[in-house]
Amino acid sequence: MRQTKLFLLVLTFILTLVLTACSFENGTNNEDAQDSSQEKDAEEQLEGTEGENVLRISSTSDIPTMDPIMAEDNVSIQYTDTVYEGLYRLAPEGKIVSGIAKKEETEVSEDGLTYTFHLREDAQWENGEPVTAHDFVYGWQRAINPDNKSFYANYLMSGKLKNAAEIYGGDLEPSELAVSAPDDYTFVVELEKPVPYFESYAAFPTFLPMNQAFVEEQGDDFALAPENILSNGPFKMTEWNAEAGWELEKNEDYWDAENVALDGISVKVIKEADTALSNYEVGELDRVTLSGAQVKDNQTSPEFNSLAETSVFWMKMNQASESAGEEMQNLNFRTALAKAFDKQAYIDVVYGNDSNPVNFFVPENFVEHPETGEDFQTGSDVLAYDVEAAKEAWNTAKKELGFEEITLSFLSGDSDVAKNISEIMKTELEKNLEGLTIETVNVPWAQQLDIMREQDYELAVSGWGPDYKDAISFVDLWITDGENNDISYSNEEYDELVNAAKGELATKPVERFEAMQEAEKIALEDAAIAPIMQRKTSVLSKEYVKGMDQLNPFGNDYSFKYVELDK
Amino acid sequence: MMAKYIIQRIIYMLITLFIIASATFVLMQFLPGSPFNELGGKMTAEQEEILLEEYGLNDPVPVQYARYISNMVQGDLGVSFQYDNRSVTSIILDRLGPSAHLGAQALVIGSILGIILGMVAAIRHNTWVDYSSNVIAVIGISIPSFVFAGLLQYYFAVQWRIFPPSFWEGPIYTVLPTVALMIFPMAICARFMRTEMLEVLGSDYIELARAKGVSNNTIMFKHALRNALIPVITVLGPMTVSLMTGTLVIEQIFAVPGIGEQFVRSISVNDYPVIMGTTMLFSVLFVVVILVVDLLYGLIDPRIRLTGGKD
Repeated sequence: MRQTKLFLLVLTFILTLVLTACSFENGTNNEDAQDSSQEKDAEEQLEGTEGENVLRISSTSDIPTMDPIMAEDNVSIQYTDTVYEGLYRLAPEGKIVSGIAKKEETEVSEDGLTYTFHLREDAQWENGEPVTAHDFVYGWQRAINPDNKSFYANYLMSGKLKNAAEIYGGDLEPSELAVSAPDDYTFVVELEKPVPYFESYAAFPTFLPMNQAFVEEQGDDFALAPENILSNGPFKMTEWNAEAGWELEKNEDYWDAENVALDGISVKVIKEADTALSNYEVGELDRVTLSGAQVKDNQTSPEFNSLAETSVFWMKMNQASESAGEEMQNLNFRTALAKAFDKQAYIDVVYGNDSNPVNFFVPENFVEHPETGEDFQTGSDVLAYDVEAAKEAWNTAKKELGFEEITLSFLSGDSDVAKNISEIMKTELEKNLEGLTIETVNVPWAQQLDIMREQDYELAVSGWGPDYKDAISFVDLWITDGENNDISYSNEEYDELVNAAKGELATKPVERFEAMQEAEKIALEDAAIAPIMQRKTSVLSKEYVKGMDQLNPFGNDYSFKYVELDK
Repeated sequence: MMAKYIIQRIIYMLITLFIIASATFVLMQFLPGSPFNELGGKMTAEQEEILLEEYGLNDPVPVQYARYISNMVQGDLGVSFQYDNRSVTSIILDRLGPSAHLGAQALVIGSILGIILGMVAAIRHNTWVDYSSNVIAVIGISIPSFVFAGLLQYYFAVQWRIFPPSFWEGPIYTVLPTVALMIFPMAICARFMRTEMLEVLGSDYIELARAKGVSNNTIMFKHALRNALIPVITVLGPMTVSLMTGTLVIEQIFAVPGIGEQFVRSISVNDYPVIMGTTMLFSVLFVVVILVVDLLYGLIDPRIRLTGGKD
């Protein structure tokens, strides 16, 4: 009797072990083991991708979605770009080059409202079917279909592509989107108004072609596992293990396969920065992104590199604040705040890397003058760090507003980085502006966004990264009553310039460009916001990794098509 | 009698689970922020409104609640917001495997080592064996497991390159996380075991057994161990659940695709269906383990009667 009981106990333990021990194999996501032959394929391919010419990197999160129209975050955008190809794609130095469409043959009507793309005839899907203009028509209609709930489709298409807003609002059918395929290899897009940066759209994942038969056959499973993805790009996905990583293999059927240098890419999910660095140190990874103190510790390494992003950060001064709105509306008050903190100290404390302190809000090395090729950003020192000038403006503001002491709240997140931000801003501002007390408010990120949208804050740090290669992405932010204008800045002259850039100047690139430069200047002179820095990403990268020394200005960070391993 | 008892317990379990589901649902309504803001503020209020409507988050809370409970009873936990279109069930099943695997390994090895350590310490009471076992136990209890994890990774993976630093690709990859994870259960078991053993060894019936000339081994394993195990089982029960459902830090450090990390993140990104799903999973495991522990008491010590001893 006693023995049976003991036996039961042992049996329970063994069962637990057996039941849980099978978790390494058949990890190919949800419906694993449904088809044993498929699994064998994946295994063979996995062995294939472990060769010499495979780039081994890490990602801080799993891929939230491989459905291009749902991609909203860095990781999803990066890997949809890697397995798919749209009309155009991003090449090194942020250049937009031919993809499925031959860029040099693209015709734009004189009014800038009709784009005719001519597609190459040798592009095909993974299953051998040709990529045609009909796939683009379907892909774009699918994106704007409100049932599919794509954020970016509405954000980028509505008000720009003909009928897009009406379709998203449910007033028209998706089939009425003004895109058409007069023949298999000609794709025509009609716009509501000229979109000078439409080239960028042609390289963005929301605008990818989709194979209708395949998508409909997959139904709800579409894009959930490698077998539910039909690639037409430089790589195809062979394995995807939830939260562990994924494997990509060179797509030999890609039309430009001969120019794809890598045999594959192996990505591991590593959330802990120190773990990623350890893996790099033992040679498990070819490249790693550094964070926090890691940057300082590795700055002298020959494998260290810093890549400029197009994200700019600034302090917002809410002019619609209930408690301090009156003060915030005072130019001297804002100028004092904007000039009173050391931007370099901010970078040192918060990021510890070589990000650039800046006095502007349209990033450097982002867009060039359409004729001279000069950078948009010519620099400005109106809002440079200058304690003396800040004090002077502060004293004038005190007289104009009639206060001696004031308390302002500073809103920030509750992460370590966010807490460092509030600490340094409190220290700097209180040190340089007499009579100012900063009260820091740290809340979770989700809540911070809500508070900013409701404009229920006084000061906060915020940033912006562009979704297309055009300065309007930034300049449009501060237009009166603009969707993102949560500082309630308003200046008629500024509005006029921005509206012109968005409207009548659309077909006059030089005047448009200069209007936007002028607009930025006005906003800076008005101290609409207090610019802080243009961020850099610091990495350690083995010397043999070539083609990853720059970040793309928008969309996917890297173009793996052009990456090489020079071992 | 036994069957009736178990059925009764299962009914209580279902009631408990229902209460937990309702409480979690209500608490979740107080989470600040919305599930749709990964875009760093690019989403406009109208766009968010469309999504809230689409996912039925604009309905009155009671309506949402009734819908959720009825779906859950039918086994449908909904789809995640952060992983577009992925079902909560598949997310949980994907992530639970590695956590349960690590947890089971750590629990079995940790508790066996702990029990041995505790026993040896009790038998060699007040010798260097006892003292060093005590030191190990105190260290194991007071130092958090992520410190061990960091040290193990640094020395065994980066410095000496004996084990891989992370990932989840085969048995060798489980060594370091298992060791880091088992230290706590080991220390707890050793402590409890030692105290209980000392008490049991000093009791009259052991004296009697010795007087009768029962061999030392029989006394240790047949009498002392069995009696000393009861408190150990009591602490191991809940620990089983917490180990099997993963720990955020260990999973992050060793890049294990487990569920502990998933649970924490789903809260910070307001992924309501995943929060509900993982909470319910943890609760189910917990009440089941408590039942199993109660049944085990009876197995190990027949004096403990499940039915209250009236009959």
